Amino acid sequence: MSMVASKAGEPARDLSVEWPQALYETLKRARIGHMAYVPDAGHSTLINLFSADADVKTNVLTTEEEGIAIASGAWLGGMRSVVLMQSSGVGNCINMLSLPVQARIPLLMLVTMRGEWDEFNPWQVPMGQATQPVLEAIGVTVLRAETGADLVDIVAQATTMAFDADQQIAVLISQRLLGKKKW
Amino acid sequence: MIDMTQEAMDRREAVKRLLAARDGALVVTGLGSPSYDVHAVGDADHNYYLWGAMGGAALVGLGMAQAQPNKRVMVITGDGEQLMAFGSLATISVAAPRNLDLIVLDNQHFGETGMQSSHTGRGIDFSTVAAACGFAETGRLHRLEEVDALCETLRKPAQGPRLFVLKIKAENLPRSLPPRDATFIKNRFRAHLGFAPC
Repeated sequence: MSMVASKAGEPARDLSVEWPQALYETLKRARIGHMAYVPDAGHSTLINLFSADADVKTNVLTTEEEGIAIASGAWLGGMRSVVLMQSSGVGNCINMLSLPVQARIPLLMLVTMRGEWDEFNPWQVPMGQATQPVLEAIGVTVLRAETGADLVDIVAQATTMAFDADQQIAVLISQRLLGKKKW
Repeated sequence: MIDMTQEAMDRREAVKRLLAARDGALVVTGLGSPSYDVHAVGDADHNYYLWGAMGGAALVGLGMAQAQPNKRVMVITGDGEQLMAFGSLATISVAAPRNLDLIVLDNQHFGETGMQSSHTGRGIDFSTVAAACGFAETGRLHRLEEVDALCETLRKPAQGPRLFVLKIKAENLPRSLPPRDATFIKNRFRAHLGFAPC
């Protein structure tokens, strides 16, 4: 179990379970003011936290590549954005990623993984296995988190790489970390 | 519903009139002829030209409009580009920006790739689709005089996103090529808004 120091009077946080709250605070500290998402069970807490935050513009998408274009437009307008999706949606994004890659527009994607660990649905496997190679093929830097504590650290430094160094970063949140989907 | 009116306008003149009345609006152009049309009027720091990322124009406009709520954003794109972003009309309607106007230059063809007939030449009408999605205002224009009236409409505050289809002649005009260096255009655009490069 990974614990982090908490504010005085509050219990230490168990990041293996409470990583979404820590991730939200990390993204807020990095001045993320804009979010776009296609829902995923693994992202549901983060989506709820952002949606309840009046200081963050949120967009629900019909397909994931919309988020890449919206995040690019937000940066052109001076705002930091994060895009949330599941691994199955990464394939939809590939050509649209030519915009941030070619223009060197900062991009931060948080991708919950399917099809790689204890997967029940075979239809999730092809895109799950292809997620990292296709992102790298189009020029996105891929980072992978296996634990909640790792994830928070990786996202914290990824915000620097993205928004201060104009990089395009996808953080893959492993299926082992997310746990088995209940059927 | 099939538009029986055959009348169509000159695209360059239509875009020229829209830009003459832009009044500081930020402009995003869809790849291909709309980028050439806007560049032909005159290059400007507050133009963001797309040379790829087909289906992205309206959504780049949405992100920009959300980041710059005090500026008007005008997306100028073609029917083919907007067809690839059909779902964007739902996303934009739900986001409900009051400072985003979509202009679809509709020649009913895929002009860049050999003038194949597009869906809009076969009955799909974006002004009706946008209205069904809940856009605050929509319209379909055939004549340049109607563009002059549209410029007046666009000056007025909007209650939500607006979309206007401009029926234009299907022709390939001499190309007026904007810079293709996406980083240069990005930095120039952001500098116009007061942001420094990294």
